Amino acid sequence: MSIYRTHILLPVDEGTVQAGVFEVKRRLESELQARKLQKEIKVLESGSVGLVGKGVILAVYPDRMYYFQVKEDDIVRIIEEHLLKGRVVDGLAHAPVAAMNAEKGASRVGLTREQRRIVLDRAWTVDPENINEVLAAGGYRALEKIFSAKLSPEQVIEEIKKSGLRGRGGAGFPTGMKWEFTRKAAGEEKYIICNADEGEPGTFKDRLILEGDPHKLIEAMTIAAYAIGAGRGFIYIRGEYGLSIERVQKAIDQAREFNLLGENILETGFCFELEIKKGAGAYICGEETALIESLEGKRGNPRVKPPYPVTHGLWQKPTAVNNVETLANIPAIISNGAAWFRKIGTDKCPGTKVFTILGHVEYPGLIETDMGTPLREIIFSFGGGIKGGKKFKAALLGGAAGVFLSEPLLDVRMDFENLKENKAVLGSGAVLVMNEDTSIVDMLFSIAKFFAHESCGQCAPCRVGTQQILQIIYRIRQGKGKAGDLESLLQLAEAMFKSSLCPLGQSLVMPVKSALENFKDEFALAISQAEK
Amino acid sequence: MKREKILQKYEPSGDNLLGILHDIQDASPEHYLTDADLRAVADYLGQAYSFVYGVATFYTMYSLKPRGRYLIRVCQSPPCHLLGSTTISSELIRLLGIGFGETTADKRFTLEMSSCLGVCGVAPAMMVNDRVYGNLTPELIAEIIAGLRRGK
Repeated sequence: MSIYRTHILLPVDEGTVQAGVFEVKRRLESELQARKLQKEIKVLESGSVGLVGKGVILAVYPDRMYYFQVKEDDIVRIIEEHLLKGRVVDGLAHAPVAAMNAEKGASRVGLTREQRRIVLDRAWTVDPENINEVLAAGGYRALEKIFSAKLSPEQVIEEIKKSGLRGRGGAGFPTGMKWEFTRKAAGEEKYIICNADEGEPGTFKDRLILEGDPHKLIEAMTIAAYAIGAGRGFIYIRGEYGLSIERVQKAIDQAREFNLLGENILETGFCFELEIKKGAGAYICGEETALIESLEGKRGNPRVKPPYPVTHGLWQKPTAVNNVETLANIPAIISNGAAWFRKIGTDKCPGTKVFTILGHVEYPGLIETDMGTPLREIIFSFGGGIKGGKKFKAALLGGAAGVFLSEPLLDVRMDFENLKENKAVLGSGAVLVMNEDTSIVDMLFSIAKFFAHESCGQCAPCRVGTQQILQIIYRIRQGKGKAGDLESLLQLAEAMFKSSLCPLGQSLVMPVKSALENFKDEFALAISQAEK
Repeated sequence: MKREKILQKYEPSGDNLLGILHDIQDASPEHYLTDADLRAVADYLGQAYSFVYGVATFYTMYSLKPRGRYLIRVCQSPPCHLLGSTTISSELIRLLGIGFGETTADKRFTLEMSSCLGVCGVAPAMMVNDRVYGNLTPELIAEIIAGLRRGK
C-alpha cells in the first residue's frame, strides 16, 4: 500500500449525492491528476458524517478540517490554497473536525462538536468499500482477540453481560442475556439475525452504520454467532435502503475473500455463513417475530409471544435478533473490555446512544453521545437550538411510537431508566423538535395516519383501533371535535395497549396519552371552539 | 432479464420469495408484477397461488398494477409532515393531475405515499425511482417534474 501525505474524504449519503458529491469528486480527481498530485493525495468516499443540509462536505486529513457547501468551482482554490500552501481557504464555510469546543470562546454548538463515538468511530474516516482500510483502522481485531486469547463462547457472553449492554432497537433488553438464552436453548441449529429494517419515523442511525462501516456489523455478527453457536446469520435490510444493501453485500464478499467469513474462519475451524435478506416495505417487520416471518418468505404478521425467538425463532429454531446499533457496540466491548464500557454512560445504561435530531432545529442530523445526556443538551447544544429564534414547544422522542414531551421535561436525561421514570421512552433515539407554531393536534393526526397505514391487520384491536383513533383526531383537526372525544381517544388507546398482539398496536397509547396530558389545553381549546 | 432466468438464480426455497418478487418487478419496465408472474413463482416454489398473492399484496413495494416510468414516493411520516409534506403532496397532485395510487395517462408518472424513507435530515423528502430528493419546496417540485417531463 502506498503512503499518502493527505487524505480527502467525501462523505456520501443521500443528501450529499443530491448536492453533487460525485461531480465534485470527478473534478477533484482530474484537477489532482493535472497537477500530478494523485500519488500524494488520496480521495476517498466515506460514510455519512451525520451533518445534514451542508451540501457537499469535504474533509481534509490529517488536518482535520471540514469544508461545507463545496461546489465544483471551489476545487481549484482548495487545492491551491489548502493542499499546496497549507492555508485554510477563507472564503469557504469550514470548521475543524472536533476543535469547536477546544477553542476558547467558541460556542459549544452544532454537530461538529466533540462526540464520543463507539459505534460510529470509523463510519466516516474509512472507505467502507475497502477492507484493507478497515483492517488498518482496527477492524476485525476483536474477532482476532477472541481466537488468539482462546475465549470460550461462554466467556464472550459473560463479557457482554458484564458490560451491561442493552438493545438499542427500543426495548432495551440486556444483550448478554439474550445471547445466553439462545446458547442454552435446546437444538443444534441456531441463527443470528441482524434487524436492519429501520423504519421508525425520524430514525436513520442504522443506515449510517450499514453504509459507513458495514465491516463492523459483520465482525459483530461473527462474534455473536460464535457466542450463541450459530452457523448461519442473516441481515434483514429494508428494501428502501438500496445503498446499504449494496455496501453490505460488498463487505460480505470482501470478508469472505479474506477468510473472515465462511468456512474455517482464520483457520480456527469455526464456520459462519452470512447473507442479506431484503425487505419489501412494511414497518411491522421491525418487530422481531414479524421480521422472522418475513425472512421465511411470508406476510410480515407478528407471532404470538411466548415462545420467544431465543427458543423458537427462524424456522422454529433458537434465534438471537439484534439491532444494528446494538451489534455495532460488540467489537469495542470485546477489544476494550466490559469495565471500559461500564465507565461510559450511566450505571444502568452503559455506553453511548446515537440520536437523530430533527424538525425545527438549526442543525438537523445525527450524533453519538453518552447515554444519559440531558435532552436540553441534545437539542440546544448539538442541535444548535430552535431554528429562526423561535421558542421550543415540544419534542417527540422515539419516533411515531414515541412520546410528546413539553418544556418542563427538557432536563430529562436520555437513557432507558430516566425516561421510563418520566413516562417517556428512548425508543430508537429519534428527537423530533417542534417550535411554538406547531399544532400538536396536527402532529398527532400525522402519527395516527401512520399507524392506521402500517397496522398489519392481523388482530382486531389494532386494525380497528388505529382507524377509529384516526377518525376522531381527523375530526378534531377539522374543527369538528365533540365533547367526549378526548376520553374516547384515551379509552381506545388503552384498550389497544391491553389487547393488541404486538408492540405496534400497543404503542399508539404513548403518543396519544402524552399529547393529551402534556398539551391538554390545546386539545380542550380545539374542542371548545368546535362546539361554539 | 426473463422471468425464467431470474427463477433459476434462486434455490426453490420459500425464504427466497421476497427476493424473487423484487427481481421480477425490477426487470419490469412498468414496475409491477403480473398475474402470470405470481403463478410462475408459486409453481417454482411449490406454493399456492393464493399464498404468493397474499405476500405480494402485503408489502408496499410490490404493485400488481402497471406503474409509470417515474415512481414518485412521497414521505408522509411525522418528521416530513412537520416540515410541510402536506404542501408537497398537494403540489404534486396539482402538477400531475392525479391522486395517490394513480398513474398519469401518458404512463410517465405514478404517485405513491410512503412511510419514512430514512432521510429525515432533509425533510420533507420524496424518492423518484431510486433517487432521493430532499428539502422540498413547491418551487423545487415544479423544477423536478419539469426536468422529468423533458426526459432528464
